[in-house]
Order: sequence, then structure tokens, then C-alpha cells
Amino acid sequence: MPIGKLLIANRGEIAVRINRAARDLGIPTVQVHSAADREMLAVKLAGESVEIGPPLAAKSYLNIDRIIEAGRSTGADAVHPGYGFLAENAAFAEAVADAGMTFVGPDAATIRTMGDKALARRQAELAGVATVPGSDGVVGDISEAGKLASEIGFPVMIKAAAGGGGRGIRVARSGDEFPTLASQASTEALAAFGDGGIYIEKVIENARHVEVQILGDGTDSIHCWERECSIQRRRQKLWEEAPSTAIDEATRDRLCRSAVDLAVSVGYSGAGTVEYLFDDSSNSFYFIEMNTRIQVEHPVTEMVTGLDLVAEMIRIAGGSSLRHRQDDVRRNGHAIEVRLNAEDPLNGFMPCPGTVTDIASAGGLGVRFDHMLYRDYVVPPFYDSLLGKLIVHGETREAALTRLARSLEETRIEGVATTLPLFQLLLNDCDIRSNAVHTGWLEDWLGAQSNEVRKQGDTIA
Amino acid sequence: MSHEIKSPIPGTFYRKPSPDDPPYKEVGDKVAKGDMVGLVEVMKTFHEIKADADGTIASFETENEEPVIAGQTLIVLA
Repeated sequence: MPIGKLLIANRGEIAVRINRAARDLGIPTVQVHSAADREMLAVKLAGESVEIGPPLAAKSYLNIDRIIEAGRSTGADAVHPGYGFLAENAAFAEAVADAGMTFVGPDAATIRTMGDKALARRQAELAGVATVPGSDGVVGDISEAGKLASEIGFPVMIKAAAGGGGRGIRVARSGDEFPTLASQASTEALAAFGDGGIYIEKVIENARHVEVQILGDGTDSIHCWERECSIQRRRQKLWEEAPSTAIDEATRDRLCRSAVDLAVSVGYSGAGTVEYLFDDSSNSFYFIEMNTRIQVEHPVTEMVTGLDLVAEMIRIAGGSSLRHRQDDVRRNGHAIEVRLNAEDPLNGFMPCPGTVTDIASAGGLGVRFDHMLYRDYVVPPFYDSLLGKLIVHGETREAALTRLARSLEETRIEGVATTLPLFQLLLNDCDIRSNAVHTGWLEDWLGAQSNEVRKQGDTIA
Repeated sequence: MSHEIKSPIPGTFYRKPSPDDPPYKEVGDKVAKGDMVGLVEVMKTFHEIKADADGTIASFETENEEPVIAGQTLIVLA
């Protein structure tokens, strides 16, 4: 049954995005918010709003009972979780369904399978999707592990099975150093987690991050091509593109088909993203994980395909079958997105909440600015630093880069520091201009810049 | 003479390193300059709050998980 009223269980720019997609489909909206977000743009745009708790996310945006209650009291019949918060929480998807509402996303079982690293890896293997070569679980003893490591090929990563937070991780570059490092990792894991179990995984050096956008209706799935998101700092993407210029047409075809195979194998419903590492040297891709939600960087896909992914996921949740056949999803030109975070790139990316005293948006053909800002808006300190995304489209990557430079020049956000100046510097870099990058590239670049600063005195830290 | 430990930044104040851990300090505990007394989370980044004087904790002026503004008093030392 088509959705009659949509509750938006998120905040910030994605709440604005979802509200617009729903309104464009003629669906009225309910926006939930914390006490710190009464003045946020999504509240102003929504038909109704409900306060669900104090600033602390654990007591508001993560409070399942309060969100369900808000849905009941306003007569909403569907809930869009956005990204982050409860978007990949199977218990939330279940609670929404139990309350008689529709969850805009896949069912709880799919969220659970894909949210578990080992289950997701197994599912990928079942669907014939290449995964990062590794021990497929805990290794028995160190000599057995050493043999396997030689088969996989060095360097290999040795990880604690019970691990997290980087503890117990070692990189072995040869068979000679493997036994020592493996026993160190095991000892450290035992001390930290009470479990000395280790597993090993091939290190894909200088890998790119590529990902495939999927739409599924529970029976069929299609892909909406790939994005490349190799420009990251501390595993946070900062710059995303579609398509990836690193991939040839034959590889692109295999990559996108593999994502469809995985989605079909779980009867995927809604919008999702299958993430991979891509190795230029062997032209190979390896499954990392599937995100069962809309992603921050979805607009670059929208810019090259012309699809409204958020509207499509709302339609699918309302019972619609896929409205596009695979052959109908065409790519046109090149799109780039940069994330404007309230962080000061000139001061170690220090978070910068505060009042936006003035704002000027870039405009014109091929420019899109998805954001949560208005003049005098106070950016609260309690949540993610993402303020908005500047997205440009051009006939070629070169045209998109030129348009990005122009759009960054036109964009002004006063009162809070943002990542905007970082992108102006990156645009002049020859590796960026030729897309000769990998997931560690930005941190290397920032390190080199800060060494330069020590010599010269003033640029980027 | 009492001394106030203030938050240099806005955010959320935590008295514990993680929800399952005990608090860094309780009322009546002695602290030395440089001791960890709490965390303030601003936009998912955690800043360590350290005692900026020696003393004994007389009171917590901000509760665990409460929002704070820059310059707000967190702890009073006696």
C-alpha cells in the first residue's frame, strides 16, 4: 500500500533530503527531533514535528520507543531511518513493523545478515562475489597460519578475532617475521579481550574504495553503477565521484553484476550499497561490506543517472516494484561530491560548532548543494559534523573539476570553520586531477602538508 | 580556596571512559594536576578533561551525559 504519511527518524542534511523526496511524491512528513534540534531546517520544512528527548542521541535519535510513539501519535504509517543512528538496527526495523508501520529499507533479517561481518562475507561467497583472501575464521595454530599466509601472499594482516579498535592488529610483510608477529598479536588479544584467537587477511596495498549502488524490490535488483570514494580521513569519506575513472568497462560490468548477484541472493528490498576494495595492479575487486541504507554520497549517483534514489526507496517501501529495467539506468557525464563538515582543516580538523552568521550558496547548471544551513542557525555540538554536500556534474571529469572550483569559490559559510578550504587546495593537486589516489592517500597528503607547514609556517595542518 | 574545572568546549560531558566503566572520580577523591576527570564529546570527537589544579573533589556541577557550553563549570575542587 502506498505510504500515506512518512516519519523521518533522523536529523541534519539527510532529514532535509528525505523530506524533499517525500513531499515531491505528495507524501506528508513528520519530523522527530531532540531538544537541541528544535530550530533545525528539517523541522521547519516538515508538516509536523515531535520532540523525542534530550540532546544526547542515546536518549533521542536512538530511542526506539519514543520514535515509535511519535509515529503512533501522528498517524504516520512509515518510517525512514536515513543513515547512521538506527538505520542499520534490525531491532528498530522490527519494532517499526510490530507497530504496524512500514520501515523504509530491507527487512530485519537482511539487516542482521549484512550487519554481521562473518555472515556478510559468507553470503558474498555464496553469491560468487570475491572477498578479501583470508583465513575465513580463526586459525588453529601459528605454523598452520604461516602456511596459509604464504599461500595468500604477503603482506597479510593478523587480526584479533575478538578485536576492535585496532588492538591486536599486525602486518606481516614476509614469512620470516610472521611467527613472531602472529604470537605477539595473539598475546595482545588474550590480554585485551581474554581470547587469543587470530585470523589473517591479505593486505590490499594502495587500494581504492569503490562501491555499487543497488535498488531492489524484494524479488529483482538493479545496479545504478559505481562510485569511487578513495579520499578519506580516518575512514571518513570526504570526496566522492561517479563513475570511477580507475575502472575499465569490462571490469565495471563484472563489478556491478556482482553487487546485483549479492542483492538478489538476499532478496534485497530498498536502496543499498555494496562496498569493495579495488586493486589497480591486478584489476581486481574484493567485497568488504554491504550497507543496507541510503548513503551520504548517494547524490553523485543521482547526478549521473537522473534517478531520485530516496524517492525510489520510498516507492519500494510503499509496495511498488522496480520502475526501471537495468538497461534503462544510463550513465551520463561525471559527478563529484565534497563534504562540508564543521571542522577546521587548518587546525587538525578540530570540530567547530557555533552560529552560521552568513551563507551564500553556489548555483547554476550542474551544481547541487544539499545542506542543513540557514543564516543564524546554531550548529549544535552534539552530533556529526556534516553540514552539507556540494555536488557538481559535468560532461567529463575535467569539466566537473572546473565546475567544482567555481562552485567552491561561490560558496561561503561564515561563523563556523568548514572543510571547504581543504577542497580548494586538493583541486590544485596533480594526483587529485589525475585520480591517482588510494584510501591512504589523503592522510599521506595531510602529513606531507603539515611537514611543509613546519618549514614554512602557515598552510594546512 | 575552591577551584573550578571548566569545559573549554561545548558538547556532552561524560564522567566515565565508557558506559560500562566506573567514573574517573567521585566526590571526596583527591586529584592532582593532570589527572583525568572526565570527557567532553564534541561532534563525535572526545576531549580529555584533566584537573588543572591539585585538590579534593567537592562537587560535580555537571552530571554525566549532560550537555555543556564552553566555559561551563564541570567540577569544583576544595
